[in-house]
Amino acid sequence: MGKDTTFKARNFNSVGTRPLRPDGIDKVTGRARYGADFSMPGQLQGCILRSPHAHASIKSIDTSKAEKLKGVKAVVTRKDFITKDADPALLTVLDNCMAGKTAFYDGHAVAAVAAIDAKTAKKALQLIKVEYKVLKHVTDVDEAIKPKAPLIDKKCFTSGVDPKPSKASNIAARSEFGHGDVDKGFEKADVIIERNYKTGQSHQGYIEPHACVASYSPDGTADMWVCTQGHFDFRAQCAGILGMDASKLRVTSSEIGGGFGGKTHLWIEPVTLALSRKANRPVKLVMTRDEVFRASGPTSATSIDVKMGVTKDGTITAAEAELRYTSGPYAGSWARLGAMTAFACYDLDHVKTVGLEVLVNRPKTTAYRAPSAPMAAFAVESMVDELAEHIGMSAVDLRIKNAAKEGTRASYGPVYGPIGIGPTLEAAKNHPHMKVKLGKNQSRGMACGFWFNFGGQSCTDLNIGPDGSATITVGTIDVGGARASLALVVAEELGIPYERVKAVIADTGSLGHNDMTDGSRGTFASSLSAIDSCRMAIAELRNRAAQIWEIDADDVIWENGEAKAISKGAAGNSNREPLSLANLAQSAHKTGGPISGHSQIVADGAGVSFATHICDVEVDKETGQTSIVRYTVIQDAGKAVHPTYVEGQFQGGAAQGIGWALNEEYIYGDDGRLQNPGFLDYRIPVCSDLPMIDTQILEIPNPNHPYGVRGVGETSIVPPLAAIGNAISNAIGVRMTQVPMSPPRILAALNQE
Amino acid sequence: MTARARTVHLWGGLRPAADGAESVELHAGTIRELMRVLCEQYPKLEPFVDEGIAVSVNGTIYRDDWSQVLPVDAEIYLLPRIEGG
Repeated sequence: MGKDTTFKARNFNSVGTRPLRPDGIDKVTGRARYGADFSMPGQLQGCILRSPHAHASIKSIDTSKAEKLKGVKAVVTRKDFITKDADPALLTVLDNCMAGKTAFYDGHAVAAVAAIDAKTAKKALQLIKVEYKVLKHVTDVDEAIKPKAPLIDKKCFTSGVDPKPSKASNIAARSEFGHGDVDKGFEKADVIIERNYKTGQSHQGYIEPHACVASYSPDGTADMWVCTQGHFDFRAQCAGILGMDASKLRVTSSEIGGGFGGKTHLWIEPVTLALSRKANRPVKLVMTRDEVFRASGPTSATSIDVKMGVTKDGTITAAEAELRYTSGPYAGSWARLGAMTAFACYDLDHVKTVGLEVLVNRPKTTAYRAPSAPMAAFAVESMVDELAEHIGMSAVDLRIKNAAKEGTRASYGPVYGPIGIGPTLEAAKNHPHMKVKLGKNQSRGMACGFWFNFGGQSCTDLNIGPDGSATITVGTIDVGGARASLALVVAEELGIPYERVKAVIADTGSLGHNDMTDGSRGTFASSLSAIDSCRMAIAELRNRAAQIWEIDADDVIWENGEAKAISKGAAGNSNREPLSLANLAQSAHKTGGPISGHSQIVADGAGVSFATHICDVEVDKETGQTSIVRYTVIQDAGKAVHPTYVEGQFQGGAAQGIGWALNEEYIYGDDGRLQNPGFLDYRIPVCSDLPMIDTQILEIPNPNHPYGVRGVGETSIVPPLAAIGNAISNAIGVRMTQVPMSPPRILAALNQE
Repeated sequence: MTARARTVHLWGGLRPAADGAESVELHAGTIRELMRVLCEQYPKLEPFVDEGIAVSVNGTIYRDDWSQVLPVDAEIYLLPRIEGG
């Protein structure tokens, strides 16, 4: 980024405290406005017609009857989008939002209507006649790679292999990572285990469905209000799909009722904009829960083969895995991420992973919190426990003995700098949780997890008000308390109370481009930019004080929220009464006008992240029901800017992982249609399902941030599947190899035994 | 000034486009220079660079900042540009 971001140890006044979040009262009183809460005068209601088939070619669409229905103002299909000379990547995005010649999954959008009310719009959908030719489908990852499986895309030739295959298949890409010679490594092992593990397809389960309002003006400009994790990226993609200049589309983000990666992709937004353009009226479109499940954001279903070898004294000699991940009907890089993260916690001389991206007739796979890492960790961490059992070593000691450390060559390639897996394991070993006596039918499990974290483009404005209060304007969506954290950072830099700082999220017309809030980057990257903005404003504040005192700016320092004259230059400067931020702001009109700071950066060096989780379960062997009795998350967070929200991220990831481990799964019928598109049959954990999730923050400073901040939002979902799997396996005496470990699966495992 | 000769390690996905090599030798002082020289010497790698490559410099991953200076004797490892949630 070209700025000095080096960590410097210091004492903090504001950072590390726990003030109330600025958006808290609005959220608990219902005043906060989420995506569906925004409305415009004269707005129409949008609705989408979706394919009832898992795989079908679209022979024709007749919208004439719908268009004639009273109250219908616009009907759009794929032909309403200009696709000639379009960016191929955007065409794929569009194809998922509005099918072209083929409906690739149950729920794939094929047409949309805007009408004066929802009732009329729904009636119009029934009048649209779509002629389908139903094609053979495949939804299972291992079935899809068989030679005779129905082909999803006839132009899909596996990338990443040399020479390029001569025959199309459902394997879109192959990627490989590792080092050493695994065959040699296995020769040194005393115990070798091979297993297949499977994980079900889960949804992020955000409570707020996708929603947006679009208003396209006849002058070719447009506004959009939307729930998203990245309104700048939404602007760029929607503008590209609609053939607009990005600057002509202003996107304002709403509060967000959960995203977890699922709101980094477009679903309904270009369709809503196209409806508004055609109707010449504002259009509001809100997905139903059924649509959210059928047509947005699930993670991959996986099938993972793992082989690991260990010596009797607990040295893992070799590790190998083939990871097959579904990516929906479009190529993705999900298996690649699984292959990169699978063995990242360990110091291995011989390791090899292969990832296969598999096309299936399921909705497009989307990022979900540390995407792809939890499934890989489930497989690997389950096997690590099994290896420990075989050689009579405790699971934590085997992990400590083989943990990656500074200087270890990571399984995905580079050599690690300073990392925190060892400290999280030592903290786990010594945690009081490990010593709690277990009750009847209770057992304990543990697991480790890894995620990369990243930074990206961030842009902020810092404006000093005439009373000396400060506004920090950012372009990253606040998904977990970022406004509080960024206000703390500004308070720290300026030396003023937290209560005198307001953090605001700007629309796309008010700031330069900001990347999405993903990759655990929000607080890491935007705090770097905020610090930079503050330092620019402080330089200006010193100039203003120097003007007032008629001395050189070099003779002014900024300390504890005040400009102070020092005696470096003219003698006697230090006798001057310091000037506070409020003093300088009030006199700004006489010293050069408003005082502000601005920063645009590309943040890098986020630093990788590790966690260790401990879990106690109680399993009812008659019903297969599992209760989580006790749960502890230990994670390296770097400096915790607002520890309460760091803990919240740890707890949230664990809660989602618990749901995924125990219940959550897309279930498809033989017809390829989703059987459980609702929270009744797709059961996410509720408060009564969860114990208080204990947390321990390890603050190992990130060397690439002035305060030592790392990303914290994603790693916490990586270990739970395996930690719970290990606990259940210990409880019932049978190795669980498939997620979710629902009551029927546990009973089946017990019966098989 | 002539940039230093460096060993640049490639992740498995890049190797077929670099004649199967696990690592390549090239002269570069910054990530930007590295990307340019890489494409000049191995034109088949250009689509990968366009799609997005991250660069690990002594274990710190740079996804976007091509102005980053490559320190002397740094381990340089090319990786996919990852996505997050």
